Formats: sequence, C-alpha cells, structure tokens
Amino acid sequence: MKGGTQMTNGLKAFGKRIGLFFTHFSQGDIITKASYFVMGLGQFLRGQWVKGAAYLGVQLIFIYYMLVSGISSILGLRTLGTKLQERVWSEERGIFVVQAGDNSMLMLLFGVAAIFVVLAFVMVYWMSVSGSYQNQMTLEAGKKPLNFRQEIDVYLNEKYHITVLTLPVFLTFLFTIVPLVFMILLAFTNFDRFHQPPGNLFTWVGFENFTAALWKDPLKSKTFIDLLIWTLIWAVFATVLNYIFGMVLAIMINKKGIKLKKFWRTIFVITIAVPQFVSLMLMSQLLADQGTLNVILQEMNLIDKFLPFLSDPTMAKITVIVVNLWVGVPYSMLITSGILMNIPTDLYESAKIDGANAWVQFWKITLPYMLFVTGPYLITQFIGNINNFNVIYLLTRGGPLSLEYFQAGKTDLLVTWLYKLTVNEQNYSLASTIGIFIFMLSAFFSLIVFNKTASTQKEDDFQ
Amino acid sequence: MMKSMKARAKAGNALIYAILSGLSFIWLLPIVWLIMSSFRKEPGAYTAYIIPKEFTLDNYTRLFTETTLFNYPRWFMNTLIVAIFSCIISTVIVLLTSYALSRLRFKMRKPMMNIALVLGMFPGFMSMIAIYHILKAFGLTQSLFALVLVYSGGAALGYYISKGFFDTIPKAIDESAMLDGASKNTIFWKITLPLSKPIVVYTILMAFIGPWVDFIFVSVIMKDNYQNYTVALGLFQMLSRENIYQYFTRFAAGAVLIAIPITILFIYMQKYYVSGITGGSVKG
Repeated sequence: MKGGTQMTNGLKAFGKRIGLFFTHFSQGDIITKASYFVMGLGQFLRGQWVKGAAYLGVQLIFIYYMLVSGISSILGLRTLGTKLQERVWSEERGIFVVQAGDNSMLMLLFGVAAIFVVLAFVMVYWMSVSGSYQNQMTLEAGKKPLNFRQEIDVYLNEKYHITVLTLPVFLTFLFTIVPLVFMILLAFTNFDRFHQPPGNLFTWVGFENFTAALWKDPLKSKTFIDLLIWTLIWAVFATVLNYIFGMVLAIMINKKGIKLKKFWRTIFVITIAVPQFVSLMLMSQLLADQGTLNVILQEMNLIDKFLPFLSDPTMAKITVIVVNLWVGVPYSMLITSGILMNIPTDLYESAKIDGANAWVQFWKITLPYMLFVTGPYLITQFIGNINNFNVIYLLTRGGPLSLEYFQAGKTDLLVTWLYKLTVNEQNYSLASTIGIFIFMLSAFFSLIVFNKTASTQKEDDFQ
Repeated sequence: MMKSMKARAKAGNALIYAILSGLSFIWLLPIVWLIMSSFRKEPGAYTAYIIPKEFTLDNYTRLFTETTLFNYPRWFMNTLIVAIFSCIISTVIVLLTSYALSRLRFKMRKPMMNIALVLGMFPGFMSMIAIYHILKAFGLTQSLFALVLVYSGGAALGYYISKGFFDTIPKAIDESAMLDGASKNTIFWKITLPLSKPIVVYTILMAFIGPWVDFIFVSVIMKDNYQNYTVALGLFQMLSRENIYQYFTRFAAGAVLIAIPITILFIYMQKYYVSGITGGSVKG
C-alpha cells in the first residue's frame, strides 16, 4: 500500500515538473527562453559565470557523445548486432584474417550506458532551465542571483545532502544499478555458451527463459522447482533452528548464578571471527567420505563403512543444516543476549508470584517479547539464508551432483545454481532469469515485514 | 524448604555448566583441529587423530619460502593493498551516505532508502557478473584495481549500521550548533564525527576485513590469474583434489595466520556489531 501511494506521489511530482517546464518557458523572458536551447545562458548572462559555463560544457559534451556513439548505441539495442565475425581472405597477406563482427554483449552494455547518460542529461537540463527561471524571478524581485562563493556556502549547508550524496549515488549507479539493469535485460536474451560473443551473436528472445525455467523445458523446470523447494526448506530450518538454539544458549549463559559469562560468550564468538571460508572448508574435509571424522569412527570400530555425510542427498541436506547451526548459533546468541537483558525484570517477578515455572516463563514472556523485538531481524536472516552462498558452496559445492538436474546438485540453492550457471556453464541468460526469481522471492518476504513493522516510520521519535 | 530449592538451583546450574562445556568442546574442536594441523609434521589431510605425532613450524616457514606454486606472501600483499584502498573508499562512502540519510532531511530521502532496500534484494553477484563484463570491456579484469572497485563500489548500500548509530545522537546538539551559526558541513566534521568514533572505527575495520574473507567476488574477477589472487582464493586452491594431500597442513598454517588478527578485531568490535544489527529493531 505504502509503496503504491509513494509511486503515485512520484508520478504526480513528475507530471507537475513537466507542466512547470512549459509554463516557465511561456512566462520566461528572452534569456530564459534562449537558455532552453543553449544551456547555462540564463546563468551566465546573470552573473553566475562558473555555473553557466559548466552547464554549457555539459551540453556540448553530451551533443558530441550522442553524435559520435550515443545514438548508434541506443539504436544497436534493437537487434544486438547483425554482423557475424568472419574469416576473410586477405589478398595482400595471403592468409585468412578474422574480421570482427558485432559484439552483442558490448552493444547491450553500451546501449544501457547510453540510456543512463541520456537520463542523467535530462536531469541536468531540467536543473539548468528551472535555475534560469528562478534567476529571472530573483532579478525581478530586485535581488541578485547567488554568486559562486555563496553558491558553495549553500551546498555546504542547506543543500549539504547533495554534496554528500553525489559520490555515493554515482558509484551506486555505476556498480549496482547499471549492472543490474544489464543483467535483467540479459534474462530476455539467449546469451549462453552457444551464443557467446565475439564469435557469435545473441539476441532478444522475450520471455523464453522464464517459460523454460517454469514449465517448457522439462530438465530446467524440474531443476528450478526442486531447487526452489529445497531453498525454502533450507531457509526455514536454517533460520528457525539457529534462532531458537542461539536464544537457548544465550539464556543459559545469562542465567543468574552462572559464572564466567564473558568467558563462555568469547568461546562462541571466536567461531564467528574465524573467516567462514576457512571454517567451512575445514568442515568439508572433516566430513568427507574419507575425512577425519569417518576415519576416527572407523578406527573406533563404530562403523564398518564410511558415513556419506556429504555424498548422500538426504544426509547431505541434514549435514548442511547442522553445520549451519555451528556457523550461525553464535551469531544469534550474540544478538539475542543483548535483548534478553532488556526484558523488564518485573515481568518475571510478577510471573513468579503467580507461580509460573521457568518453562512457562519462557513461552509466555521470553519468546513473545523476543519475537516482537527481533521480528525484522528474523526476516532479514530468512532472506539472507535464501541467498546463503558460503555454507552450501564451500561445504558441498552443491553436490552430490544429479543427472536429473540441469547443471546442479542435490544441495544446490538457487543462488549457488546461479553461480554455477555463470562460472562453469556461461549460461548467462538462464542465470539472470534465476536471479530475477530470487529477487521476487526476497521482495515477497520483505514486503510482509515492512507491512507488519512500523519501526522504519518511527525513527524520528528517537532523535 | 529453602535448602531443597537451593540444592535444586545448584543442580540446575551444574547441568548448565555441563551443557556449556559440551557445546564449547563441539564449537572449538574444528578450530583446535585447524591449529593443531598447522603444526603437524606428517603430511595428509585425513588423519585419525587430532594432536599431531610430531610438531613443527615448517608449515609456516614454507608458506613464505616455497612460493613457486602457491605464492602466499604475494597473495598476502595483494590482499593488504586491496584491503587498504577499498577500506578508505568505502569508509568515506558509507559515512557520507549514512550521515545524509540519518541527519539531513530532504525530499529524496525516503525514496532513496526504499531504492537501497530493493537493490539489496537482488542476489549480490548477479550484478557481479555484469561488473565483470563491464571491467572486461575496459580491459580491467584480473587486476587489483578492479578488485578495489568491486569491494568499494557498492559500499553505499551498507549504510544501515552506521545510520543506526547516527540516529542515536541527540538532534538537540545539531540544533544548538546551528543557532550558533554553524553550517551543516561544520556540524558533520566538528560535532558528529568526533562523537561517532566507535562507528567510524567499526566501519573502517569491517571494510578492511572484507577482502580477507571474501571468496566469491574475487573468484569471479580473477579467474586464473594466480599472481593477483587474494589469500582466501589462494588458500582455496590448496584444497583442490591434486594438492590437498601435500598442502593441507600448509593451508591450515595460512588460515591460522589470517584468522588470528581477524579474531582479535572481531572480539574487540562485537558490541558495535550487536548494537548495529539490533539497533533498528529494538527501537521499534
């Protein structure tokens, strides 16, 4: 709901700006009107030389960019390339030489980049024309537009957020948003290892990857559905078990009369601090078919044959959940112990007077309070577990492999499958499709949280 | 009556001590095994015992002397360089972003936070693959520079924890400074930052640790360029099927060497870590 109203508000604001764009033009004087065509004129002619020159510079660079490559980049998006790489007989050298064709990947990349450049330019353009109109208003009111010095002061005070956020926003566009748009678009192409640039072209295929993953391609859709179910099972178990065991551990350590609290806590914290790739690779050695645990058990004559901790599908699934307890319980212990200490003690005192034992106290006071306070944390954990790459990949690498699956193993989550599809299989289009499905999954669960909790809206009350 | 209750409490505590000791044993066992293996003289990955038959420091010295196949010193320096640069860049970005989103009020604030939320729901290395192609288009892949960009480029999205800290600084301080004529820039540098030393330290350390423990991003970026591997990826190679018998003990030594400083840093930082994660929800 909230997102919906925000969207309509955004659209309204956008529509209002378009309206202003034309009213400013009709109400503007000759300089303002001219600055609609030559950017920066409205600043330059009214005493803001630096700003005006900067706007003009932006416009010139933009026009140059569009003429040299921008326009062709955007047009290239329609086909993603038509000319295949060829081997042509070279008369003068007497050999076949490779003549470069279109590179679909680069065309898509530059096309996306060009669209973002255009959007950025439109924004700067809007700033320049509305600024020019404002200058006109200021002059008509008998004041002078800010000079460069004053302008800087404004950016260090009233508009400080712009100064501070420019770099982060720019980098986020460059390293998160543009790549994501690129990847989302890849999901609508046939970019796999048979359509690999520069040797081959790839092109748009619409929703083919989505339908293939959902039902059309039996192998892929079986893999997708099975891994989706396993991902959800895994995420539920990993989250709930870690949370409960972590809380029980925290309650034990925090119990009155238990000494050396700090000592116990530190022991468990140490295991968090050891880098996960170290501890998990260690675990995978420990639990391998010929691994230390099996060797020890065999020497003690407890078992005749090795136990397939990581090589039997069902057992491997149980193993990863158990090992994940080893990884995750200390975290939830740390998180919950702070909150446990915050539970008002009078709640317990009055419960004791009513004759409630420890068990009842836990179910009636501790757990409801904890769930109330850590609800958002739990959902974040759940989403984190949907995307839990490390535990699965480093422990089993997704194995045991299965022929029923398309390039995946029995313990693969959707994310590790995505990783394998790109790194081993170069099936970028299917990988992007899976990525979009994972996004929808996370978004679905996040929406539930943000509708239920009000904590984000209340932040102002605490300052 | 009182006596029996006391006795029961004592028995309960004894049980808890027993459970805690048992759990501690399970939790510490892999770590003890790692440390012991790093001092083990006998080669091989799978032994039927945990305490080595013969102790040696060879595994540590050979990490630094035998560098033809696995160049540990080089990987260590690579990681250090990448960690220092990405730490500087991402600390600046994180602090700027979280300050703006916490202390300043502007029209785009809420939308920006929502966008950050949505972006965070895409699996991290989905954009990673695209970044790989972008870097390739610029001929930058398999370089340490690319790695620095990758680790610090997306830093702004990890603003939550330090924003939570900035949120706790009373607004009245800012307001009284503003009455004295201080600009927001002055307030940020002269008031907010000095008050936020813990979170600055936390941000710096977290950004510094990142490259030491990451495995996924570096494996996508570096592919087969052994010379530019970081420690994590390098150590991973030691456990491949052909190498594990000969190199397992050396892997253990290399892992211990990076685990020690990280462990110390983490124990030192745990309280910031906890308050950062629970901060937002406790207030709800």
